[in-house]
Amino acid sequence: MSLTSGAAAAIAPNPHSGPARREAAPEVDISKMIQVRPRRWGRMTAVALIVLILAWLTKAFAEGNIAWDVTGDHMFWPTILKGVWGTIWMSIACMIMGIVIGVVCAVMRGSPNPVLRWVAIGYQWFFRGTPVVLQLLIWFNLALVFPYMGVPGIGSARTVDLITPIVATLLGLGLNQGAYTSEVVRAGLLSVDRGQFEAAQAIGMGYWTSLRRIILPQAMRVVIPPLGNEFIGLVKMTSLASIIGFSDLLRSVQDVYYLNARVIELLMVAAAWYLVVVTILSIGQSALERRFGRGFASGVRTE
Amino acid sequence: MNARGMTAMTDAAAPAAAPIVSGRKVGKLFGDFRALTDVSIDVAEGEVVCIIGPSGSGKTTFLRCINQLERIDNGALWLDGELVGFRLEGERLHPLPDGEIARQRRKTGMVFQRFNLFPHMTALQNVSEGPVQVLGESRAKATERARALLTRVGLGDKTDSFPKDLSGGQQQRTAIARALAMNPKVMLFDEPTSALDPELVGEVLAVMRDLAREGMTMIVVTHELGFAREVADRVVFMDQGRVVETGPAHALMDTPQEKRTRDFLRSVTHKD
Ligand SMILES: Nc1ncnc2c1ncn2[C@@H]1O[C@H](COP(=O)(O)OP(=O)(O)OP(=O)(O)O)[C@@H](O)[C@H]1O
Ligand SMILES: [Mg+2]
Repeated sequence: MSLTSGAAAAIAPNPHSGPARREAAPEVDISKMIQVRPRRWGRMTAVALIVLILAWLTKAFAEGNIAWDVTGDHMFWPTILKGVWGTIWMSIACMIMGIVIGVVCAVMRGSPNPVLRWVAIGYQWFFRGTPVVLQLLIWFNLALVFPYMGVPGIGSARTVDLITPIVATLLGLGLNQGAYTSEVVRAGLLSVDRGQFEAAQAIGMGYWTSLRRIILPQAMRVVIPPLGNEFIGLVKMTSLASIIGFSDLLRSVQDVYYLNARVIELLMVAAAWYLVVVTILSIGQSALERRFGRGFASGVRTE
Repeated sequence: MNARGMTAMTDAAAPAAAPIVSGRKVGKLFGDFRALTDVSIDVAEGEVVCIIGPSGSGKTTFLRCINQLERIDNGALWLDGELVGFRLEGERLHPLPDGEIARQRRKTGMVFQRFNLFPHMTALQNVSEGPVQVLGESRAKATERARALLTRVGLGDKTDSFPKDLSGGQQQRTAIARALAMNPKVMLFDEPTSALDPELVGEVLAVMRDLAREGMTMIVVTHELGFAREVADRVVFMDQGRVVETGPAHALMDTPQEKRTRDFLRSVTHKD
């Protein structure tokens, strides 16, 4: 039936024709039929395009001035592996610091106690308001402000001996991360319905138990994707610590190419390792999301 | 029964047996708005009291004051012989610390209109969480008790379901089991069936009816007049934050003394 005649029929039904005549439904069992896969032309075009671009890129890099065998040879050099390790453990340490500080700070911001609230706000204000490179440099040069540090009655030491590149990096990146993570955690806390807190209180739970058992586990579900983001950002941010002498991946790659001058080859080594680390992290994130997503039905596909 | 029907009477003299819940001229302000004015209600042990009244009359607010989700501004509330939320030393009133408030709350079990189950826990975990975290029961014992409670509300086969996989009626019955797990002395219900599809109302009311029969003290805010008539010992009618009339269920509903009660009952029955 053509569109026009259909429309006309709908608007002005012929008063003389009876009710629309329909065949009795024929016996069909769809599970006995041959399924025709729908052709997804858009998808196929996209795949073709992507393959083309990848092929072109591969060709360009293969023919370019990169000695890939040199890259391969350096992947597992001890210096490089030490750098990879430095990046990994520093990221983990700073993330743990960030999460602990972030949770404490987010809870403080939601606290009825104005003193706690303002301490948290002040902390965020300072650490989010200044570049992280600047914070790293300040920590590293703390000796210029306080030549000696110590606890009265217990002892003191020269600041230069205390604030090593490792300590300065931990403080710089960890405290900075805490300020950002606290906002992520706070968003998670805000996402939990007020009724949850009341239900917890109604069965006699105290503030902290409610937070730990009821509110935070539900907030985690919302918090994990942006937290994964933060973690990945942090892995790459450790490279900033090379300016104060921390031996991360980028730093060790540079150490090597200062000696052998294979700059691009070694940068590719670093790129490959960063990708490996971030890939592993993303897999861990999916596992965590499944763990904390239990009991929730999401309207959109989440993976 | 009829003798202590009128509010004026309960105001003047407490009933012979000390009531387990006793509101004396309770007042509650939200900013400048008076949500409760001079609310006096006594509930004896084992008694079922239904509170009815139009929307916004303060029924929810009164329940929330009893389990201290809100703090009252006037009068006094007594629960199981204790002043709710404060310690009185002569003329001096000390607000209770959080731990004490939590302890008082344990005397009441609250069932919310919107269930408020913990979505990240199974039905069983929802019920056993309080006993483990608050009462310090062992996980094994609490789980066993939770299973028995869920069976009692007819959910023995749903123990491992998450709330999202339960129907509204099943969720509300889980919520009742969760409240019962704390061995409360008084159960508070805030319109427990009004968020449910009509065909699910019956199963929740049946559980509540059983509870009443077993002698549980209950304060039930409800629009289910049939339930109130059948189960309640007394019915309290509230309007604009005040108790207008209270009396035995049949007396209040068949021969209401106040015009406002009559109007309300008529409007509700006509809606059906
Ligand atoms: N947190 C609050 N802040 C301000 N006003 C409030 C608050 N809670 C309740 N109220 C007001 O107090 C009055 C009583 O509310 P309440 O929820 O107790 O009524 P209700 O009798 O339970 O009504 P319903 O049958 O609709 O549930 C209402 O006018 C409401 O707007
Ligand atoms: Mg209400």
